[in-house]
Amino acid sequence: MTDAPVSNAPAAKPAPHVKENAIISFQGVTKRFGKMVAVDNVNLDIREGEFFALLGPSGCGKTTLLRMLAGFETPTEGKVFIDGKDVADLPPNKRPVNMVFQSYAVFPHMKVTDNVAYGLKMDGVDAGEIKKRVEEALELVKLGGLGDRMPDQLSGGQRQRVALARALVKRPRVLLLDEPLSALDAKLRDQMRSELTSLQEKVGITFIMVTHDQDEALAIATRCAVMNRGLLAQVATPADLYEFPNSRFVADFVGSVNMFEGVLERDEPNEAQVRCAELGAPVYLDHGVTGARGSTVWVALRPEKIEMHKRVEGSTAMKMEDAPQGTNVVPGIIRDIVYLGSETNYEIELEGGRRVKTFRSNLTRYDQEDFTWDEPVWLAWHACSPAVLLS
Amino acid sequence: MADQALVATPSPRPPEKPVKDKPGPLEYMRQWPLRVIVGATLLFLYLPLITLMVFSFNDSRRNIVWHGFTFKYYEKAFNNDSLQQAFVNSLTIAFLCTVISVILGALAAVMLWRFRFPGKTVVEGSMALPIVVPEICMGVAMLVFFARVFPWPGGLPWPLNLGAITIAHISFAFPFVATVVRARLASFNRELEEAAKDLGASEWRTFWDVLVPHMQPGLIAGALLAFTLSLDDFVITFFTAGPDTVTFPVKVYSMLRFSVTPEVNAASTILIVVTVILTAIGLQMQNNEPKDKKA
Repeated sequence: MTDAPVSNAPAAKPAPHVKENAIISFQGVTKRFGKMVAVDNVNLDIREGEFFALLGPSGCGKTTLLRMLAGFETPTEGKVFIDGKDVADLPPNKRPVNMVFQSYAVFPHMKVTDNVAYGLKMDGVDAGEIKKRVEEALELVKLGGLGDRMPDQLSGGQRQRVALARALVKRPRVLLLDEPLSALDAKLRDQMRSELTSLQEKVGITFIMVTHDQDEALAIATRCAVMNRGLLAQVATPADLYEFPNSRFVADFVGSVNMFEGVLERDEPNEAQVRCAELGAPVYLDHGVTGARGSTVWVALRPEKIEMHKRVEGSTAMKMEDAPQGTNVVPGIIRDIVYLGSETNYEIELEGGRRVKTFRSNLTRYDQEDFTWDEPVWLAWHACSPAVLLS
Repeated sequence: MADQALVATPSPRPPEKPVKDKPGPLEYMRQWPLRVIVGATLLFLYLPLITLMVFSFNDSRRNIVWHGFTFKYYEKAFNNDSLQQAFVNSLTIAFLCTVISVILGALAAVMLWRFRFPGKTVVEGSMALPIVVPEICMGVAMLVFFARVFPWPGGLPWPLNLGAITIAHISFAFPFVATVVRARLASFNRELEEAAKDLGASEWRTFWDVLVPHMQPGLIAGALLAFTLSLDDFVITFFTAGPDTVTFPVKVYSMLRFSVTPEVNAASTILIVVTVILTAIGLQMQNNEPKDKKA
């Protein structure tokens, strides 16, 4: 499970409007810029109706992949199919895709309606039809009534809506979004997130988004591809990506994680044990790991999956072996507390000196007073919580 | 904020005192040394021009002593056929030079900005050459060129007889246009171009719909430069002009050789006014541009 190869197996619960056919297909796509390999042998199918996110740190090749769909880059090797058609020889202006650019690229010398109408004019749509569709598109992105404004009279968020309307008015098969939320402030970003999702459901067009923000990808996308140095690291639903990462890179990149290096000691079909020097004790798992005994593995444990309990100073009476079935327990001392309102983040020093992060929800108004600095605690987590990573 | 307006509480800030306090550390314009420098600079720049204009109304054959106000010399200038012809020649050459320089300069700028090709640095450097080469050398070079290599046929009807001068003017004016337009292109957001193509525009449409509007302030500034450079050029024109193709600066020079009459002042004043008006129009057109933030 944890070392599942990169696959495009259907997601467990696809959104209802997602169809089975692949509208986008990358087949062995490699892109080199001189000696630099930007995209390395990528095989990826994106189904019609998906809201797909390409996620990764800067320079991982996600934008290059998107630009290959738009036609601004051509693959060095491999093939790209849009709607079943090889698009190798299709220039950007002939492709059934449209893009929302990171800078929005709203034409500064045209008013809003002219911006939105531009694509239709290029297609030779007649004037009456253009007027109607432009109005519809502006309504769709909630910009009705601002059609006569010039772009410099709009806010950043409004300019982005213009860019969205301008791309959607052409009714593309696929809409490409390059870091759509990166330039917005936090409040507006949250709002735009949900609006993008509902917009996508309303128009039923496949959306492909590039982002470096894992929160954004998890929140919006039906499926994500995590990229690292040109390679696809993992393709999965947001929940699978977070709970079942297939590598240290994915576990670390998506969300916050405590990572322990260890040696696989025992590996049964429904039970396993990893010896971790840093933890000072073995980690019990209630599932098997498909790895060779004695091999090095990594235990990835999400901070919110660790519970804290009070401990009497000096007492190490409760050993892990004594802990209730299916629970791992280690002693530690609270070294740092960060109060964030909805939750509190603690940093706990284990006996070996290693520090572990844990998040605790503030369920009542007094919860943050439960623990204080330098307080001895037990850390406990369920045997099903950690992900064991082989790479 | 709306609530505050309703309650109308007195503002906590004391009412503005009349500006009598000491100037702030960065308010240089309120400190006397800078005011003196600015005043002296303006005086230095404009006093000669104002003198020239004032004496164009002087009722005297000599330009030295003020004798009274008159329009006489403007009348005289308007009735001077050869002066008028020179004036029309100058404007015609400047107009042709501007149009062709802007087209050539803009294309050169786009080429240097957009493409990479072997020998690009050489082309770039050689384009700047007419800007740095001493005008007198350019003048002599043009003289030799039109005398030996490419003799411009004489006796052509107006305005074809102005061809040699026009070509000479274009050769030194278009690099200025190219430089200005290139600087403007540096601020172009390439995503605008990609957006146009993404929306279905061809290369050509993208050029006209996105790139040219962005270049427009540069084109106007370049046109103004080319126009004024051509209008007041003396050295190069002097070497390429024939007896029947006299331009305004050359004509004024030949008039000066006899005596400095207020007629010259009058003609010069008209030229200054024309230039100022054209510059004002050009600046106005630039200001009307929508401010292009990185939209």
